[in-house]
Amino acid sequence: MKIDIRQEGIVTILAPRGKITIGAGDVALREAVRDQLDLGIRNLVLNLSEVTTIDSSGVGEMVSAYTTVTNAGGKLRLASLPQKVIDILQMTQLIAVFETFETERDAIDSFS
Amino acid sequence: MSSESAQIEESRVRIIIGSRFEHIDLVQTVFDDALVRLGLDEDSRHWVGIAIREAVANAIKHGNQQDPDKEVGVELAVAPDQAVIRVHDQGEGFDLEEVGDPLAPENLLKPNGRGIFYMRSFMDEIHYDRHPDGGTLVTLRKKLPQISDETEESPE
Repeated sequence: MKIDIRQEGIVTILAPRGKITIGAGDVALREAVRDQLDLGIRNLVLNLSEVTTIDSSGVGEMVSAYTTVTNAGGKLRLASLPQKVIDILQMTQLIAVFETFETERDAIDSFS
Repeated sequence: MSSESAQIEESRVRIIIGSRFEHIDLVQTVFDDALVRLGLDEDSRHWVGIAIREAVANAIKHGNQQDPDKEVGVELAVAPDQAVIRVHDQGEGFDLEEVGDPLAPENLLKPNGRGIFYMRSFMDEIHYDRHPDGGTLVTLRKKLPQISDETEESPE
Protein backbone atom coordinates (compact mmCIF):
# COMPACT_ATOMS: atom_id res chain seq x y z
CA MET A 1 0.00 0.00 0.00
CA LYS A 2 1.27 3.48 -0.86
CA ILE A 3 -0.02 6.79 0.40
CA ASP A 4 0.03 9.87 -1.81
CA ILE A 5 0.27 13.03 0.28
CA ARG A 6 -0.60 16.44 -1.12
CA GLN A 7 -1.40 19.85 0.21
CA GLU A 8 -4.22 22.13 -0.82
CA GLY A 9 -4.41 25.36 1.11
CA ILE A 10 -4.87 24.59 4.79
CA VAL A 11 -5.74 20.95 4.11
CA THR A 12 -3.48 17.94 3.69
CA ILE A 13 -4.86 15.04 1.72
CA LEU A 14 -3.72 11.49 2.39
CA ALA A 15 -4.66 9.12 -0.42
CA PRO A 16 -3.81 5.48 0.31
CA ARG A 17 -3.75 3.10 -2.64
CA GLY A 18 -4.27 -0.64 -2.28
CA LYS A 19 -4.92 -2.62 0.88
CA ILE A 20 -5.25 -1.25 4.41
CA THR A 21 -4.74 -4.56 6.15
CA ILE A 22 -2.86 -6.03 9.07
CA GLY A 23 0.89 -5.71 9.08
CA ALA A 24 1.27 -3.46 6.08
CA GLY A 25 -1.27 -0.82 5.17
CA ASP A 26 -2.39 -0.28 8.75
CA VAL A 27 1.16 0.61 9.87
CA ALA A 28 1.68 2.88 6.85
CA LEU A 29 -1.52 4.78 7.61
CA ARG A 30 -0.59 5.16 11.28
CA GLU A 31 2.85 6.54 10.40
CA ALA A 32 1.50 8.89 7.73
CA VAL A 33 -1.02 10.43 10.14
CA ARG A 34 1.59 10.69 12.91
CA ASP A 35 4.04 12.39 10.51
CA GLN A 36 1.45 14.99 9.58
CA LEU A 37 0.62 15.73 13.21
CA ASP A 38 4.35 16.05 13.96
CA LEU A 39 4.55 18.63 11.18
CA GLY A 40 1.80 20.62 12.85
CA ILE A 41 -0.87 19.68 10.29
CA ARG A 42 -4.34 19.54 11.84
CA ASN A 43 -6.73 19.52 8.84
CA LEU A 44 -6.64 16.14 7.17
CA VAL A 45 -8.66 14.47 4.44
CA LEU A 46 -8.34 10.75 3.90
CA ASN A 47 -9.24 10.06 0.27
CA LEU A 48 -10.14 6.36 0.15
CA SER A 49 -11.07 6.10 -3.53
CA GLU A 50 -8.13 3.81 -4.38
CA VAL A 51 -8.48 1.49 -1.38
CA THR A 52 -9.21 -2.02 -2.64
CA THR A 53 -9.38 -3.99 0.63
CA ILE A 54 -9.74 -3.06 4.27
CA ASP A 55 -9.83 -5.48 7.18
CA SER A 56 -10.53 -5.05 10.90
CA SER A 57 -6.96 -3.82 11.49
CA GLY A 58 -7.39 -1.21 8.77
CA VAL A 59 -10.71 -0.14 10.26
CA GLY A 60 -9.06 -0.01 13.69
CA GLU A 61 -6.27 2.14 12.31
CA MET A 62 -8.80 4.56 10.82
CA VAL A 63 -10.49 4.80 14.22
CA SER A 64 -7.11 5.41 15.86
CA ALA A 65 -6.27 8.06 13.28
CA TYR A 66 -9.60 9.77 13.96
CA THR A 67 -9.15 9.81 17.75
CA THR A 68 -5.46 10.80 17.53
CA VAL A 69 -6.17 13.74 15.21
CA THR A 70 -9.22 14.82 17.24
CA ASN A 71 -7.27 14.63 20.51
CA ALA A 72 -4.57 16.79 18.91
CA GLY A 73 -7.19 19.44 18.18
CA GLY A 74 -7.46 18.59 14.50
CA LYS A 75 -10.03 17.17 12.13
CA LEU A 76 -9.86 14.02 9.99
CA ARG A 77 -12.50 13.76 7.28
CA LEU A 78 -13.08 10.93 4.83
CA ALA A 79 -13.69 11.34 1.11
CA SER A 80 -14.59 9.19 -1.89
CA LEU A 81 -15.33 6.00 0.01
CA PRO A 82 -15.70 2.88 -2.15
CA GLN A 83 -18.92 0.97 -1.47
CA LYS A 84 -17.06 -1.88 0.24
CA VAL A 85 -15.44 0.53 2.69
CA ILE A 86 -18.85 2.10 3.38
CA ASP A 87 -20.30 -1.38 3.97
CA ILE A 88 -17.60 -2.45 6.42
CA LEU A 89 -17.84 0.81 8.37
CA GLN A 90 -21.63 0.55 8.49
CA MET A 91 -21.51 -2.96 9.93
CA THR A 92 -19.66 -1.72 12.98
CA GLN A 93 -21.64 1.53 13.17
CA LEU A 94 -18.55 3.62 12.46
CA ILE A 95 -19.88 5.38 9.40
CA ALA A 96 -21.71 7.77 11.73
CA VAL A 97 -18.54 8.45 13.72
CA PHE A 98 -16.58 9.79 10.76
CA GLU A 99 -17.41 12.87 8.74
CA THR A 100 -17.66 11.55 5.19
CA PHE A 101 -17.86 13.34 1.85
CA GLU A 102 -18.66 12.08 -1.63
CA THR A 103 -15.68 13.80 -3.21
CA GLU A 104 -12.26 15.02 -2.15
CA ARG A 105 -13.29 18.51 -3.28
CA ASP A 106 -16.29 18.50 -0.94
CA ALA A 107 -14.11 17.37 1.95
CA ILE A 108 -11.50 20.08 1.29
CA ASP A 109 -14.15 22.76 0.95
CA SER A 110 -15.68 21.71 4.28
CA PHE A 111 -12.64 23.17 6.07
CA SER A 112 -13.15 26.67 4.70
CA MET B 1 -15.66 -43.86 -1.61
CA SER B 2 -19.02 -42.23 -2.40
CA SER B 3 -19.27 -39.73 -5.22
CA GLU B 4 -19.94 -36.97 -2.66
CA SER B 5 -16.84 -37.70 -0.61
CA ALA B 6 -14.84 -38.03 -3.82
CA GLN B 7 -16.03 -34.56 -4.80
CA ILE B 8 -14.99 -33.19 -1.41
CA GLU B 9 -11.55 -34.74 -1.75
CA GLU B 10 -11.11 -33.34 -5.25
CA SER B 11 -11.94 -29.85 -4.00
CA ARG B 12 -9.70 -29.76 -0.96
CA VAL B 13 -6.96 -27.12 -0.79
CA ARG B 14 -4.55 -26.86 2.11
CA ILE B 15 -1.82 -24.30 2.76
CA ILE B 16 0.60 -24.14 5.66
CA ILE B 17 2.28 -20.81 6.36
CA GLY B 18 4.68 -19.43 8.92
CA SER B 19 3.31 -16.88 11.37
CA ARG B 20 3.97 -13.78 9.31
CA PHE B 21 1.33 -11.27 8.23
CA GLU B 22 2.82 -10.94 4.74
CA HIS B 23 1.75 -14.54 4.03
CA ILE B 24 -1.93 -13.57 4.35
CA ASP B 25 -1.96 -12.13 0.82
CA LEU B 26 -0.73 -15.48 -0.53
CA VAL B 27 -3.51 -17.34 1.29
CA GLN B 28 -6.13 -14.94 -0.02
CA THR B 29 -4.86 -15.18 -3.59
CA VAL B 30 -4.94 -18.99 -3.61
CA PHE B 31 -8.34 -19.22 -1.96
CA ASP B 32 -9.86 -16.51 -4.14
CA ASP B 33 -8.90 -18.52 -7.18
CA ALA B 34 -10.62 -21.57 -5.67
CA LEU B 35 -13.74 -19.54 -4.82
CA VAL B 36 -14.00 -18.25 -8.40
CA ARG B 37 -14.32 -21.85 -9.56
CA LEU B 38 -17.09 -22.45 -7.00
CA GLY B 39 -19.26 -19.82 -8.65
CA LEU B 40 -19.11 -17.14 -5.95
CA ASP B 41 -19.63 -13.68 -7.37
CA GLU B 42 -17.08 -10.91 -6.88
CA ASP B 43 -18.84 -9.40 -3.85
CA SER B 44 -19.17 -12.74 -2.05
CA ARG B 45 -15.55 -13.60 -2.76
CA HIS B 46 -14.45 -10.25 -1.39
CA TRP B 47 -16.28 -10.75 1.92
CA VAL B 48 -15.29 -14.41 2.27
CA GLY B 49 -11.74 -13.30 1.53
CA ILE B 50 -11.91 -10.74 4.35
CA ALA B 51 -13.24 -13.42 6.72
CA ILE B 52 -10.33 -15.71 5.79
CA ARG B 53 -7.88 -12.84 6.29
CA GLU B 54 -9.35 -12.16 9.74
CA ALA B 55 -9.15 -15.82 10.77
CA VAL B 56 -5.54 -16.17 9.60
CA ALA B 57 -4.54 -12.84 11.15
CA ASN B 58 -6.03 -13.92 14.49
CA ALA B 59 -4.20 -17.26 14.26
CA ILE B 60 -0.89 -15.48 13.63
CA LYS B 61 -1.36 -12.68 16.15
CA HIS B 62 -3.44 -14.08 19.01
CA GLY B 63 -2.86 -17.80 18.46
CA ASN B 64 0.81 -18.12 17.56
CA GLN B 65 1.80 -14.74 19.05
CA GLN B 66 3.68 -14.05 15.79
CA ASP B 67 6.21 -16.76 16.65
CA PRO B 68 7.79 -17.47 13.23
CA ASP B 69 8.52 -21.05 14.27
CA LYS B 70 4.80 -21.76 14.67
CA GLU B 71 2.62 -22.56 11.70
CA VAL B 72 -0.89 -21.76 10.60
CA GLY B 73 -2.78 -24.31 8.51
CA VAL B 74 -5.55 -23.07 6.24
CA GLU B 75 -7.83 -25.53 4.47
CA LEU B 76 -10.71 -25.17 2.06
CA ALA B 77 -13.00 -28.18 1.66
CA VAL B 78 -15.91 -28.03 -0.73
CA ALA B 79 -19.17 -29.93 -0.41
CA PRO B 80 -21.92 -29.59 -3.03
CA ASP B 81 -23.75 -26.94 -1.01
CA GLN B 82 -21.06 -25.23 1.04
CA ALA B 83 -17.44 -24.23 1.33
CA VAL B 84 -15.77 -24.96 4.65
CA ILE B 85 -12.61 -23.11 5.64
CA ARG B 86 -10.60 -24.30 8.62
CA VAL B 87 -7.78 -22.30 10.17
CA HIS B 88 -5.58 -24.07 12.71
CA ASP B 89 -2.88 -22.43 14.82
CA GLN B 90 -0.43 -23.78 17.38
CA GLY B 91 -1.21 -21.34 20.17
CA GLU B 92 -2.63 -21.59 23.66
CA GLY B 93 -6.16 -20.59 22.68
CA PHE B 94 -8.33 -17.84 24.06
CA ASP B 95 -11.67 -17.34 25.72
CA LEU B 96 -14.26 -16.24 23.18
CA GLU B 97 -16.35 -14.83 26.02
CA GLU B 98 -13.66 -12.24 26.70
CA VAL B 99 -14.06 -10.72 23.25
CA GLY B 100 -16.21 -7.63 23.69
CA ASP B 101 -19.12 -6.52 21.52
CA PRO B 102 -17.63 -4.00 19.05
CA LEU B 103 -21.04 -2.31 18.76
CA ALA B 104 -21.21 -1.51 22.48
CA PRO B 105 -20.81 2.25 22.99
CA GLU B 106 -17.74 1.75 25.20
CA ASN B 107 -16.04 -0.31 22.44
CA LEU B 108 -17.05 1.69 19.38
CA LEU B 109 -13.83 3.72 19.22
CA LYS B 110 -11.47 0.97 20.28
CA PRO B 111 -8.81 0.18 17.68
CA ASN B 112 -9.34 -3.58 17.85
CA GLY B 113 -11.93 -6.26 18.61
CA ARG B 114 -13.83 -6.31 15.29
CA GLY B 115 -12.28 -9.31 13.54
CA ILE B 116 -14.58 -12.02 14.88
CA PHE B 117 -17.60 -9.76 14.39
CA TYR B 118 -16.71 -9.34 10.71
CA MET B 119 -16.15 -13.09 10.31
CA ARG B 120 -19.63 -13.74 11.73
CA SER B 121 -21.09 -11.09 9.42
CA PHE B 122 -19.52 -12.40 6.22
CA MET B 123 -19.92 -16.15 6.77
CA ASP B 124 -22.99 -18.30 7.38
CA GLU B 125 -21.42 -19.97 10.39
CA ILE B 126 -18.23 -19.82 12.40
CA HIS B 127 -17.10 -21.72 15.45
CA TYR B 128 -13.98 -22.15 17.53
CA ASP B 129 -12.69 -25.44 18.94
CA ARG B 130 -9.56 -26.72 20.58
CA HIS B 131 -7.77 -28.91 18.03
CA PRO B 132 -7.02 -32.49 19.21
CA ASP B 133 -3.34 -31.91 18.40
CA GLY B 134 -3.32 -28.61 20.30
CA GLY B 135 -3.95 -25.07 19.17
CA THR B 136 -7.19 -23.45 18.10
CA LEU B 137 -9.28 -24.52 15.12
CA VAL B 138 -11.69 -22.00 13.66
CA THR B 139 -14.21 -23.30 11.14
CA LEU B 140 -15.95 -20.95 8.71
CA ARG B 141 -18.86 -22.10 6.54
CA LYS B 142 -20.31 -20.40 3.48
CA LYS B 143 -23.29 -21.68 1.53
CA LEU B 144 -22.63 -21.94 -2.18
CA PRO B 145 -24.95 -20.74 -4.93
CA GLN B 146 -26.93 -23.64 -6.36
CA ILE B 147 -26.84 -23.88 -10.13
CA SER B 148 -29.94 -25.68 -11.36
CA ASP B 149 -29.68 -27.99 -14.38
CA GLU B 150 -32.94 -26.49 -15.64
CA THR B 151 -31.41 -23.02 -15.81
CA GLU B 152 -28.30 -24.31 -17.55
CA GLU B 153 -30.24 -26.17 -20.21
CA SER B 154 -32.98 -23.68 -20.91
CA PRO B 155 -32.76 -22.10 -24.38
CA GLU B 156 -32.31 -18.33 -24.73
